[in-house]
Formats: sequence, C-alpha cells, structure tokens
Amino acid sequence: MSQNTNKIMAWIDDRLPVTQTYEKHMSKYYAPKNFNFWYFFGVLSMLMLVNQILTGVWLTMQFTPSAEAAFASVEYIMRDVEWGWLIRYMHSTGATFFFIAVYLHMMRAVLYGSYQKPRELIWIFGMLIYLALMAEAFMGYVLPWGQMSYWGAQVIISLFSVMPYGDLLTEWIRGDFLISGATLNRFFALHVVAVPLVIVALVVMHLLALHEVGSNNPDGVDIKKLKDENGKPLDGIPFHPYYTVHDLVGIVVFLMVFCTVLFFFPEGNGFMLEYANFEPANGLKTPAHIAPVWYFGAFYAILRAVPDKLFGVIAMGAAIAVLFVLPWLDRSPVRSWRYKGLPSKIYIVIFGFNFVLLTWLGTQPATETLTLIAQIASVIYFGWFAFLLIAPKIEKTKPVPERVTGGH
Amino acid sequence: MKKIFALIAAFVPAIALASGGDVHLDEHRTDLHDTASLQRGAQTFTNYCMGCHSMEHARFNRVAKDLEIPEALMMENLVFGSDKKFGDRMSIAMDQVDSKRWFGATPPDLTLVARVRRPDWLYTYLRSFYEDTSRPWGVNNVVFKDVGMPHVLAELQGKQVLGDALVEDGFDTLTGQPILVEKEHVLSIAEEGTLSEAEYDKLVYDLVNFMVYMAEPIAVERERLGWWVLLFLAIFFVPVYFLNKEFWRDIK
Repeated sequence: MSQNTNKIMAWIDDRLPVTQTYEKHMSKYYAPKNFNFWYFFGVLSMLMLVNQILTGVWLTMQFTPSAEAAFASVEYIMRDVEWGWLIRYMHSTGATFFFIAVYLHMMRAVLYGSYQKPRELIWIFGMLIYLALMAEAFMGYVLPWGQMSYWGAQVIISLFSVMPYGDLLTEWIRGDFLISGATLNRFFALHVVAVPLVIVALVVMHLLALHEVGSNNPDGVDIKKLKDENGKPLDGIPFHPYYTVHDLVGIVVFLMVFCTVLFFFPEGNGFMLEYANFEPANGLKTPAHIAPVWYFGAFYAILRAVPDKLFGVIAMGAAIAVLFVLPWLDRSPVRSWRYKGLPSKIYIVIFGFNFVLLTWLGTQPATETLTLIAQIASVIYFGWFAFLLIAPKIEKTKPVPERVTGGH
Repeated sequence: MKKIFALIAAFVPAIALASGGDVHLDEHRTDLHDTASLQRGAQTFTNYCMGCHSMEHARFNRVAKDLEIPEALMMENLVFGSDKKFGDRMSIAMDQVDSKRWFGATPPDLTLVARVRRPDWLYTYLRSFYEDTSRPWGVNNVVFKDVGMPHVLAELQGKQVLGDALVEDGFDTLTGQPILVEKEHVLSIAEEGTLSEAEYDKLVYDLVNFMVYMAEPIAVERERLGWWVLLFLAIFFVPVYFLNKEFWRDIK
C-alpha cells in the first residue's frame, strides 16, 4: 500500500513539485523557535480570509445586487434562508476580526522590525493587501444598501473630488451622477470577484517572499547565521508540525472571542453593524451623524483633523502612504524594539495606543474637543515616522544576542 | 493583548454617547424570553399599528411559530384582510402615495425599527405624545418633535399635556407620604384614558418588546446556540492544548 502511494507520489512529483513545495513551505521551512503571542495574527488573518471567502460565496447565492432589492434580500437572508443569519453574521463579524488580526499583525512587524532588510518586499506586499482589504471592506459595506452604506459611500467617494478632474473621476467611480444602483452593481462585481482575486494573489506573494528570506522573530536575530552540521538553523524548527499545532491553540482561543461577539454582540454596539444601516438607503435623508465602520476610524479621524478638505485628504493619503516606506525610514541598526533605546520603546507603545485612540475618534461626532484631540493624535502619528529617522542619532541600541532568547 | 483591552476600553464611553439626543430616554428592559409579553405586543401591533405600518420583511407564520400562537388563533385575530395567507409577508394595503398626502410622510416599515431607533427610544417615544393644537393631528411628541404620526393609542393613554405639574420626588421619611414638587415642562395626564398609567406603560413595554423581537427574530436562538458553540470550543481547547504541549516537549 505505502509502496503504491510512494509510486503515485513519485509519478506526480516528476510532473508537479508537490513534495518539494510541501517541504519548502511546511515540513522543512525552519521558523525561529521563539515566536510569541504576536505571531498568531498572521495565521489568524488567513483564517479570516478563508472565512470571508466561504461565507461570501454562500451569501452571494441569496443576495440580490440591485438598489431595489438589495436591502430586502439581506433581510431575506436573515429571516427566510436556513442558517442565513449565521452566514451573514460570520461575514459581518469576520470583517471586524479580519481587521483586528491584520492590525495586530502589522503592530507585530512594527515591534520587532519585521519590515527591515531583507524583508522590505514582504512589508510592501502586506501593505498592498491592507489597501486592497480596505477597498474590499468599503465596497462590502455598501452592498446591504442601508443608510450608512449610501452615505458612507457618498462621503468616501466625494474624497476623490479634490483630485484634478475630480468631478469626472467621482462620476466615473459611481457610474452615475449620484450614488445609485449602478454604483451598487459595480461594487458588487468588484467586491465578490476582482478585489478578492487581487487579495489572494497578494497573499501568495506575501508568503512566497516570506519563505524566501525566512521569518523574523521577537529578538530580530538572523537565525540563518548559525546552522548545525546538516545546514539547519540552530534556532529554527520545522513549521510543520511545530507551528501548525501551536497555531491551532491560537486559532481556538481566537474563535472563542470571535464566536462570543458573533453570537452575543453581532452589532458590536453599532461599531460593526451601524444602527442607521438597518434603515434602507434614502438619498433624500442625510443621517445626523455619518460615521465609518470602526476599522477606518483612524484615517477618518486624520482626515477630519485637518480643517481643509484638500489637505485633509492629502493627510489621510499620507498617513497610509508613509507606511509603505516604513522599511526605509527605520534606520536603526537593530530590528526588535527589545534592543532599541528607551525613547524608541516609549514612542512605539504610544504609537500603538495613539492609533487605537484615532480609531475611536473617527467613529465619534467631530466636536471641538474631540477634533483638537484628533489633531494632537495625528501629529503623534506622523511624529513617530519622523522620530524613526532621528532615533539612531539620539539613542544607543543594546547589543543583539547571537541566539534567540526565551521561547519554550 | 494590550491593544485589544484598549479597544474595548475605547468602546465603553461610546456606548453612553450612542444613546444620543438631549431628551432623557426611559430604559426598556427588553425580555425576549417573555413569550406572553411578545404575544400581547403582537396583538397591540396588529390592531393599532398595522393599519399604517407594515412589517414587510417578516411573515405571519414565523411570528406564530416563534411566539407559540396557534395558526387558527393567529389567522382569526392577528391577520387582517381576507386575501392574506398564513405564510404571507406582513404587508399592508394602504397606498404609499395616499399616506404621504395624509401624514406628510409615508409611515415607514417597522420590521427593523427597533434596531434603528433602539428600544429605549421607542419605549419613550410611544409614551411622549402630548396635546398641541398647532399640529395637524393635534398632538406633538417630546422625543420626535413635529412628528407626522397621530397618537394612535390616545384612547388607551388618555390626553397628555406638556407643562407645569406636580411630580413625585421621593418620599417624606417621617410620614411616608410622597413629596410633590412643582416642575416645568413635564408630561402629565389631563384626561384619563381606558388604561391607567401603569397599564399603559405595560402595554407599550410589551409592544416594544415585540418590535425588538421582530427586528431580529433569531436573537434568542442565536444566543442559545452561542453557548453550545463556546462549550464546544472550550472542550476542543483541551486536546489542542495538550497536543501542542506534547510536540513542543523536545524543543529547548
């Protein structure tokens, strides 16, 4: 039996490198043995991607992409389709947890300098995934055709009007003079076909680039420097089975949190499914307070912090764009914050919490006080990138050990 | 982890702000397990509200099943219109163009209103109509100023007025008598309806309870199932945890 299996495998391997690929990416991919809590969020992002694709496929079977029927078809899914409510909530809650996982995954890279040489391309691909994900989430939120779908789209698309030929551009994006059924239909096409394809392709590139140079670790140590007589890194262990069983623990814990929200707080207190979105879209009735879903909060807060629309859009764009060049802004000779100086350590923590603060501010009405706080927080946000440039000049780093520390 | 806690902490003040508006809203302690209350709410809704308001996304038979109302009873007392079937959507016959002419705005579909307005708002709104001769229907509302809707439940509540009135403000510790304080701009009943104030509050409570159920009929089942899912994950965690521990034993 096993001999036959071997024969079949050999036959396939002669024609398609299945075994070789499996070994390269799983059983002989050596990952540092000191991964901590932060290293769960890569696989958790992947889990949420799969969740979104699977539930998305099933939602598509019942959803009607037209201005006349979209809203009612979502309620049809919630009420008349067997288990439709569960699939819909898995999708809507999944969007939130996708972003939570991605944000924590990005914060991990920031903490341990995972974007530094030679991992710049991994970071760039990651940023492109993040960008595509924002587009995907935005267009997905338009589909239920509620009040926030409509007015959120109105606000976001109008941002493009500050660009040269802005009116033409926004008309081209909407496919109409106003947000209309034409907009809904094209967003549906992009949301279920085009952008997911792009995201999946980028995820493949992200992983290929990662496996080419190898994973970073909380110490920022290059584990490929020290190898045993067989050429295996001394501090590396095969991804499978060690990290597959390890990730499974993280996945189960994550699913507990995910399911708690899904089954007990599916609206996320109005941050995931906004209350106004349970009212059908009405182009003649502007809601009192148009707020984005929480995961866009930070950039929306930066947009509103600037009193001028054009410069607000530029600031918001810059807030995202600056992340792309992060690998070249960080001039520190060490990767991990563990070996950076005290100012770096303090600012990195502030940066993390400041982003959370901005996220919250973006969901709130822009009162005078909150706008002032948003302005200060925006300066702190951009200040961190400027700080990275001068940090090596004002602080001393600690020596990085030869081998990884801690771990199991 | 810190970030998650910070996120949760960030949500807390927002909950307080989210209730919105400057009008004080009375709390509605929704209880979707109180089937009798939901049944009474369904009765009030179909008899008093459904003349003008549909619940388009819902079906009669689903309501009957969830609220444990026998089909015959449901068809006889809660489904109006000879053409309506048990499995039909809860739509209404009123013409939208007509109703817009009559009320200034088409009475909205109310299937999801409890998710849009929230229970506290509905509970307060339906108890906050007052006499206002300047309005077309002779009534205004504290929560929804200049609303187009007439006070459909007026015969039950009676005539309510907005103005100065004596309001109970605690009890005298010596005599045990309520202390009455003159307050401005409060609602008080000027002419009794067929229900007492407490009975009317209860009726509105039941009605709002029903509307919350209608906005998300799966809510009770969703939470029931949620406990089983979490239990499964908790049990599944045990072998997963030890599997990981076993594999990692040899890693130093």
